[in-house]
Amino acid sequence: MRRHFKAKVIDNNFAAESFKLITLSPASEVSVPLPGQFYMLESGRSTDPLLKRPFSIFRLNDGCLQFLYRVRGKGTTSIAGFNRGDFINVVGPLGKAYPDPEGPFIAVAGGVGIASLYSLLEKKRGKAMLFYGARNVRELICFEEASKLSAKAFSTTDDGSSGVKGLVTDKLSEFIKNEGRSMPVYACGPHPMLKKVAEIAKHNNLKCYVSLEEHMACGIGACLGCVVKSKSSAVEYEYKRVCKEGPVFDADEVLW
Amino acid sequence: MIAPNLAVDIAGLKLKNPVMTASGTFGYGEEYADYFDLNALGAIVVKGLSITPRTGNPTPRIVETPSGMLNAIGLQNIGVRTFIDEKLPFLRQFDTKVIANFFGDSIEEYAECARMLSDAEGVHALEMNISCPNKQEGWIVFGTDPMTMDKVISVTRKSTALPLIVKLSPNVKDIGQMAKIAENAGADAVSAINTITGMVIDVRKRMPVLANKTGGLSGPAIRPVAVRMVWEVCRAVKIPVIGMGGIMNAEDALQFLIAGARAVAVGTANFINPSAAADVVEGLKLFLQDEGVSDINEIIGTLR
Repeated sequence: MRRHFKAKVIDNNFAAESFKLITLSPASEVSVPLPGQFYMLESGRSTDPLLKRPFSIFRLNDGCLQFLYRVRGKGTTSIAGFNRGDFINVVGPLGKAYPDPEGPFIAVAGGVGIASLYSLLEKKRGKAMLFYGARNVRELICFEEASKLSAKAFSTTDDGSSGVKGLVTDKLSEFIKNEGRSMPVYACGPHPMLKKVAEIAKHNNLKCYVSLEEHMACGIGACLGCVVKSKSSAVEYEYKRVCKEGPVFDADEVLW
Repeated sequence: MIAPNLAVDIAGLKLKNPVMTASGTFGYGEEYADYFDLNALGAIVVKGLSITPRTGNPTPRIVETPSGMLNAIGLQNIGVRTFIDEKLPFLRQFDTKVIANFFGDSIEEYAECARMLSDAEGVHALEMNISCPNKQEGWIVFGTDPMTMDKVISVTRKSTALPLIVKLSPNVKDIGQMAKIAENAGADAVSAINTITGMVIDVRKRMPVLANKTGGLSGPAIRPVAVRMVWEVCRAVKIPVIGMGGIMNAEDALQFLIAGARAVAVGTANFINPSAAADVVEGLKLFLQDEGVSDINEIIGTLR
């Protein structure tokens, strides 16, 4: 199965203000991605931007790969310019997936981090306690759909425009304290949020898996650009590749 | 039409074609085996090795720049011993030459590293990295000081019988002169260019983007500089030259070959297109057929 292929852009529409959803139809037979894996997408026709950009698989829909992304920098702005019918180069699926939760689990999404967790919610329908935080209601992308896939769902926003006003990690702490059940935690979002989630999980003796984001050049383990400081048995610390040993890590491995 | 001959000879090292991978952009080869048949390559140059493993620099280590990228990986590597035990067996199964890139913190370490690699079955040549710009504080810049460079090459030369390639730094006043020093010190070939030192500043933070502050610039942005420098090196020395710097396709590679390089290395392009190096090989074949040339050696150094 080819992991480097051309794919046709089926759609590349705004999912919300500054968020787009790109749907790609691979031109050849490709591997089925697992929740948490990612792809490198071509960032344009010229050499500027030069590098591909990494995106978690959002959904596999009718044989098409879907990616949810925030249009922010040079790369995503260029990708946002792809039109229906364009063919682009894609590499993937790459990296380690989320370990399969055996029973109920906690999913913590921060902003566009939902993109990485969504397919896990879909695969484990009705099993997740979802905690989803964003800056405001407009950036709480597909919260409704994600709620339907979860046993329970809570939203938090920085401005209170949806759910509880405040941090998603505070809501998570409160839930764990009240609920007191032992469930693994799966999280994807900004680094400070993940750090906090890891702390909460450790404090409560819960297994915790985090999906990390890093700038990448290759995505396939060669450039050593996307590393994260990790615990090591032999030396003080070692750098692990987010693209290869991750992007999903046991939170205990990471030196926060 | 008969398939054109692509084979070249670099100081006795016979390559089936002139296309290599640039050190640091191809891991230890296995990362790319999923994407194309590694037998397609003339040679694989592996990530720089030192006697003991290195953890490398803190992050951020990379940043994209216009038509290029800066990197400051800091020579992270698994060490020569682990390379020989765990990575070489995999590489030995391919009919592709393996060139081990290596470095040290002292002249003695360079020599010892070369000795260790020379004894390993499946290493066909050595490439001395005396020009990594991502030096730690106190790291002697072997590749930019003529006297030090002469010494480190002369000593290392005595510790290996394998073809010894010296990778030249572009961060010098006269790269042709540096190539000449390498030749006189006993290098069998030189490769050029390594990355060009650069810097990107985050204006909001008023801080360099890279944790190392500066990094090495690579990619198509440096290609014209690389072609010019390779041309200068080719005129300065008699030993074979391996050209590199921003090669994205066969046409780019041909610029280096026409300038006089006996072989080329594909670097940053591997990150963008995992089969870039193999695509360059195919592109060279097509060019030769198109031009009605039967042997790549008839192209090398034919700049008018």
